[in-house]
Amino acid sequence: MVERSNEQWIAALSQPGNDEYDVALEDLRAILVRGLGYALSDRSNVRDTDLADFAQDAILKILKGLHTFRGESRFTTWAHKIAVRVAFTELRRRRWRDVSLDEMTESKEGDADFIPESLADPSIGPEQEAMQRAILDTLRRLIREELTDKQHQAMQAVLKGMPLGEVARRMDTNRNALYKLLHDARQRLQKRMLDEGLSAQDVMSAFEP
Amino acid sequence: MLKNIIRKIFPDRQKETNKLEAQKLKWLVRAVMTTRPDEIGCEECFQELDRFVEIQLAGKDAAEAMPLVQDHLDRCRVCKEEFEALMVALRALA
Repeated sequence: MVERSNEQWIAALSQPGNDEYDVALEDLRAILVRGLGYALSDRSNVRDTDLADFAQDAILKILKGLHTFRGESRFTTWAHKIAVRVAFTELRRRRWRDVSLDEMTESKEGDADFIPESLADPSIGPEQEAMQRAILDTLRRLIREELTDKQHQAMQAVLKGMPLGEVARRMDTNRNALYKLLHDARQRLQKRMLDEGLSAQDVMSAFEP
Repeated sequence: MLKNIIRKIFPDRQKETNKLEAQKLKWLVRAVMTTRPDEIGCEECFQELDRFVEIQLAGKDAAEAMPLVQDHLDRCRVCKEEFEALMVALRALA
């Protein structure tokens, strides 16, 4: 396999139909399959055909987005990044396809019922437990008061383990937009916690270790 | 189907299993209290990730060089998972 500079990769892949393009495409495919083999080596449910499919889907995205490569890294690093994203997105879709958002958010919208009254930790003293209970009561109330139904639902689902992209898919949005929605939710809660006299230090020390 | 039957027979049990476990609750509390106004989203993190990993692979402190990317990876489980897999691949291929 021939070593290529970033410029050589871009030049070769920008000219479909000529020999250099075909060779570069096959080299890229082989590189991505090899990389995905390592990236997904800890997953027993990934077949060789999956690696080939993920590499092919990644190649389509790479070719479509060639103009977005900024040259701040090696071309192959950029390409591997895209391939890993493609693979994980599909694996998560498969893993979660039979799980509905309702199953992840069984408390009624807005009731913050998923926040318990205490952590039920026998290793902490009564003072720390009282502090934790007070903070959890405040957090439960503030979630009810501050968060939109969508934020409440998304927060619950993500906290219970559904990947961000899968929650986003079920809410007809995208991962980035959902991250920003949850960021807004956290900012609102943080502001209210601070307004109620609970500093970050107070809150975090109450829940350590 | 079975879950619906269990829910009807044991409504309180369903309520209890709906509660967050301690570790996730601690994570939520920390996530709320350390929220920054300048956080970047998944898309921006993804845009910067190839540069971030190469800094890391060169043995330099990528977290110091690109603190907002590191901050996002500390908060976002899915981005972190992809970052770690990418590092595994690039280290193996080096």
